[in-house]
Amino acid sequence: MKLLLGIGGSDDSIRALERTVARVAETGDDLTVAILRNPATEADPEGIERRVQDVLDDAGMRATVRHLDGDPGSRLVELAEGDGYDRIVLGGGETSPMGKIKLGGIAEFVLLNSHISVTLVR
Amino acid sequence: MNDDSTYPDEASGPFPEPPRTFEDREGRSITVRRYDPDDRGALTAMYEAFDSADRAQGIPPTTEKRITEWLDAITGEETVNVVAIHGDDVVGHATLVPDEPEGTAELAIFVLQAYQHAGIGTRLLKTLLGTGAADGFERVWLSVERWNEPAISLYEKVGFRASDTESFEHEMAIRLADQTESTG
Repeated sequence: MKLLLGIGGSDDSIRALERTVARVAETGDDLTVAILRNPATEADPEGIERRVQDVLDDAGMRATVRHLDGDPGSRLVELAEGDGYDRIVLGGGETSPMGKIKLGGIAEFVLLNSHISVTLVR
Repeated sequence: MNDDSTYPDEASGPFPEPPRTFEDREGRSITVRRYDPDDRGALTAMYEAFDSADRAQGIPPTTEKRITEWLDAITGEETVNVVAIHGDDVVGHATLVPDEPEGTAELAIFVLQAYQHAGIGTRLLKTLLGTGAADGFERVWLSVERWNEPAISLYEKVGFRASDTESFEHEMAIRLADQTESTG
């Protein structure tokens, strides 16, 4: 299966990266990591890329890493649909102090617009 | 939610403080008072009996382990909790959990299904705000499903205003007056 993981640097996206890499190490799925410009975080793309490489190296895994400029949700869906991916993977949202799950803006756009299956990692 | 400009300019209150005893619309005697650690068993029982169709954004959680972890977190230091008691049972619970910056809290309120539509939620909500203001909270926010009109109009009646209508959930905020201030 061809997986496209979108990561913008929020805590839940980092968690999604770690869990997805661990899973792919077992399944042998073909993973592409797309580094997004998430307006809700201050993480810089190069810092995210280093983090991605660290997680991949620790797991002894390889993945294609790409940078997507511009609107994160629409660019991710465009890439997934255009390049024949089977599934988009994203962080499943942050939790509020109360413990309420808050879906991020990128996940919201992708869920409502993608014709490809979407996995939110909780 | 930490941007002060998203809160209403005008403060609401003062609100009632616990304990308060009243007869609900079904004629049941209900007491709203501060949560005491001795209530923990009865509070857990309320959430174990809670209809999961009334959950919002993953709370209350459903398994015993998750309920325990969640209640530990929301009854911890600096939190404000009030409960509605009928006989020996907890039938409603409202809570403020601190957020950044100081003086800010997130609110949640749950009433057991058999006790809904009886005026308990309104009293529980107002009493929680009075308790929170007395404990020094100035800004309270919450999120509610955008389709939940009855809840949104209840929050508006008390003084909450929409603060973020862009996201999936409808966010609302209230600024609390000092409890000793006269509203004129």
